[in-house]
Amino acid sequence: MKRIATCLVALGLSTGAALAETAPGDVQFDDYGAIEASLTGTPGNAEEGRKILTTKSMGNCVSCHAADAYADVPFHGEVGPWLDGAGSRWSAAELRGLVVNAKMTFEGTVMPAFYKVDGFTRPGDAYTGKAAPADLPPILSAQQVEDVVAYLMTLTDE
Amino acid sequence: MKINKMLSTAAALASTVTVFASVFALPAFADEDAELVINGEIEIVTKTAAPAHLDGHLSEIMSGWRFRSDDTQAMEMDDFDNPGMLGAEAGFDQFETVMGSEGKSCMDCHDGVESLANVRPTYPKWNDDKEQVYTIQMQINDCLTEQMGADAQKYDSGMMLNFEAALASVSRGMPMNVAIDGPAQSTWEQGKEMYYTRYGQLDLSCANCHEQNYGNMIRADHLSQGQTNGFPTYRLKNAKLNGAHSRFKGCIRDTRAETFNAGSPEFVALELYVASRGNGLSVEGPSVRN
Repeated sequence: MKRIATCLVALGLSTGAALAETAPGDVQFDDYGAIEASLTGTPGNAEEGRKILTTKSMGNCVSCHAADAYADVPFHGEVGPWLDGAGSRWSAAELRGLVVNAKMTFEGTVMPAFYKVDGFTRPGDAYTGKAAPADLPPILSAQQVEDVVAYLMTLTDE
Repeated sequence: MKINKMLSTAAALASTVTVFASVFALPAFADEDAELVINGEIEIVTKTAAPAHLDGHLSEIMSGWRFRSDDTQAMEMDDFDNPGMLGAEAGFDQFETVMGSEGKSCMDCHDGVESLANVRPTYPKWNDDKEQVYTIQMQINDCLTEQMGADAQKYDSGMMLNFEAALASVSRGMPMNVAIDGPAQSTWEQGKEMYYTRYGQLDLSCANCHEQNYGNMIRADHLSQGQTNGFPTYRLKNAKLNGAHSRFKGCIRDTRAETFNAGSPEFVALELYVASRGNGLSVEGPSVRN
């Protein structure tokens, strides 16, 4: 089974995985802000997701969210909720919706949208303070979103 | 009777416990409970009731000093330990220095920096002649170019911040009191609108961090209310005096936004609004921050 999945992944890559990706503007949310379909069709890599979540230059989720699960990483923020148990509290579809654009689940939330490219006021080019390029990329790629979701799903209550 | 006695004993016990708790809890909360007295004599209000215009938003306003570590707090308590005072001293010297084609120094029109103690608490302020809200730096540039025949200085440049530090230093302990009504009102409204606008790809407003989340950690930073009563501020991070507009610029940049420039009309409006959120706190600059 695992071998088949690996073959499929290899096949997907060789035929151009980018084509299978859902673009930020095409993401389908349900009425509660969840996203049922994977953005890439490629299963997320939880280990990579942990790295994205705890690295400043990547997702930097740790800036606002604390968790015992990554206690080895210093300086956890307190702005958002704790992430321990997130995988028990939420489904993968709900977590995907929260990472892509949490405002679809919680109107007015402070949390930024990590897979969104328009609808901003004075968008910039990353942290340069300069205007954004015409083709502003999302903060995380589609696969990075899937990786973060995969990691969050491992943060279950005992 | 017996019950009454038990109750009073319990009350006594409870108060003892409270005293003990507060004594032992003190070190952990020293940052937020400490009081600021500079040079053992200038009492600084670092926490007070919020001005009326903040009804429904904040009930209490706090200086950024309260959110800093014991060590950083201590540096501001004595002018010899406050590196920002070197800037203030340079500002006093600049004040007496002849600049420009007219052979004048600031002293030709003003009776020393101390005579301008009412400036820092009341700026930004409406300027009748120029028919716009003026910051201290805009006023200094008018003096330089119109009275002294000197070149205008760049916004938040070293010379400007030294002047600001000198002006702030003579106003320490006086309450911030910028006017938000009358001709300044529309600029104030513009600043308020900006304060609540979510900028950039991170879609964050000033309020998201400094009104909704002050007191919380964002990574290694302790979020303050973003008050400006301590500007100009000596930051340990870059080891120099920093202006409020430069700080605004950095904050908006950090929302992954196209930011505004120091001295821009937008930041003049934002400075007025943010200053008004601190009406009642003492002028504290040059302050020391992370």
